Amino acid sequence: MSPNVRALLYLVAAVPFIIGLRRLSSPRTARSGNTIAAGGMLLAVVVTLVERDVSWSVIAAGIAVGSAIGVVAAVRVKMTAMPQLVALFNGFGGIASALVAGAEFIRADGQAAGTETMLTIILSVAIGAVTFTGSLVAYAKLQGIVRGAPITYPGQRLVNLLLTGGLIGIGAWAQATHEIVPFWGGAGLALFLGILLVIPIGGADMPVVIALLNSMSGLAAACTGFVINNSALIIGGALVGASGVFLTTLMCRAMNRPLSNVLFGAFGTEGAAAVTTGGIVRRTTADDVAIALAYASQVVVVPGYGLAVAQAQHALRDLAAGLERRGVKVAYGIHPVAGRMPGHMNVLLAEADVPYEQLLDLDATNSLLPRTDVVLVVGANDVVNPSARDDPSSPIYGMPIAEVDRAATVVVIKRSLSPGFAGIDNPLFYRDGTLMLFADAKAALTELDAALASV
Amino acid sequence: MLDPVVVGIITFVLAAFVGFEVISKVPPTLHTPLMSGSNAISGITIVGALIATGGGSDTLATVLAFVAVATATINVVGGFLVTDRMLAMFHRPRRAKEKPEA
Repeated sequence: MSPNVRALLYLVAAVPFIIGLRRLSSPRTARSGNTIAAGGMLLAVVVTLVERDVSWSVIAAGIAVGSAIGVVAAVRVKMTAMPQLVALFNGFGGIASALVAGAEFIRADGQAAGTETMLTIILSVAIGAVTFTGSLVAYAKLQGIVRGAPITYPGQRLVNLLLTGGLIGIGAWAQATHEIVPFWGGAGLALFLGILLVIPIGGADMPVVIALLNSMSGLAAACTGFVINNSALIIGGALVGASGVFLTTLMCRAMNRPLSNVLFGAFGTEGAAAVTTGGIVRRTTADDVAIALAYASQVVVVPGYGLAVAQAQHALRDLAAGLERRGVKVAYGIHPVAGRMPGHMNVLLAEADVPYEQLLDLDATNSLLPRTDVVLVVGANDVVNPSARDDPSSPIYGMPIAEVDRAATVVVIKRSLSPGFAGIDNPLFYRDGTLMLFADAKAALTELDAALASV
Repeated sequence: MLDPVVVGIITFVLAAFVGFEVISKVPPTLHTPLMSGSNAISGITIVGALIATGGGSDTLATVLAFVAVATATINVVGGFLVTDRMLAMFHRPRRAKEKPEA
């Protein structure tokens, strides 16, 4: 195959990636879009293997091992564990790109590589290695292998800054000399740096970290594309890089915190030093809530991650089905940071059979809330905290929230009055018109469903 | 004759802008499948891994190429499969037409 034909075929293979992402603009077309993108990948692989000097045994072994692990992981993963899985996959993508560049360095024997090639090899290895270990730490935190709280020590930022500077220095050394020692030294340092950069970031900030690592795995692939001079890798890598940057910005905006604060702020270490505004809490019972729900015409559910922790999605769906049978309209208001990764809560509710048309984003939720009779807040706290809107001294002031206090009645299902992840007291709980149902989310929803039957 | 690196940079910048345009139209509902799907796309590095298996019998390079093929395959196969699994769950109301709000 002539190099020109091959290059054009790689371009043909990259176009389905764009089409696939384009079709993700609607849940109706998304699934076929994913298949189209996979088709592009298959074409890229075939184009690579035709008439090329490759080691078939190594490829067969690698694909067999990789497919087995990939299929098992994809089929068996629970939807609640999706963030961990995506973090892990990001890491594998990163290390694969780094290894390709590393193998290229060895094959070219360092010295033979041109200046630009050497630079892209170094970038690819550095970004891929940081992505790999950073993703493993994110995985470990999300999976609960290490504690999710930020791990900090004195002088941490200085150490990270010095090591980053050191990595750039070693990279420049490798670039100048094409020597093996700085090359592998730099790779080792990049692996170490990935760990150090992610350990001070708290579990609640993992959505941002995963989005950022996603972006980096794309950049690593694009750098590898420069190394082997392949447009499919450059295009695919650029698309993923853009996607990751887009989601990172979106998540930061949803939390109203700049990226630097997320990465270096070690948010959530202060503990529960929250000042309780206090006030009278109105307790309620499942029977009373069931009556309020049954006679409502519009109910909005605002779920938080507590819902998923309690595995209460299906109980919620049953309750909603009971309400719909009575002619009550039910919608779900989803805050961007409600889950453990962007869009996570939507997937969890879709798994529980909630039609996607009932899943509203924040703007749609807030325009519906003033016309809502009952809001059911399940396992959410900070994302419905009116302080973010009203109290300039609040640490979360300015964060966009679901304005549940605009609705006629607010029912909060919660175990206790304890503050949320950010350790901030919530005046919503003490407000007139808010009813507190103290219980485990799943137990409360099941009880509500039962109570509804006798209304 | 343009340097291949320059062509690569042009491709990269244009693709990044296309990416931003396309991805900004993905609704928040599908942001998780977007991440896992784009993650699978970053597995395109498998092309490099396949090429790296050839071109000589250096043991270390062969080992690196093998691990690269395996990890990239995990990324590609696992990524597309799990995305498909998620997207299959998104459906319209099954029962009579309840008009959704907003």
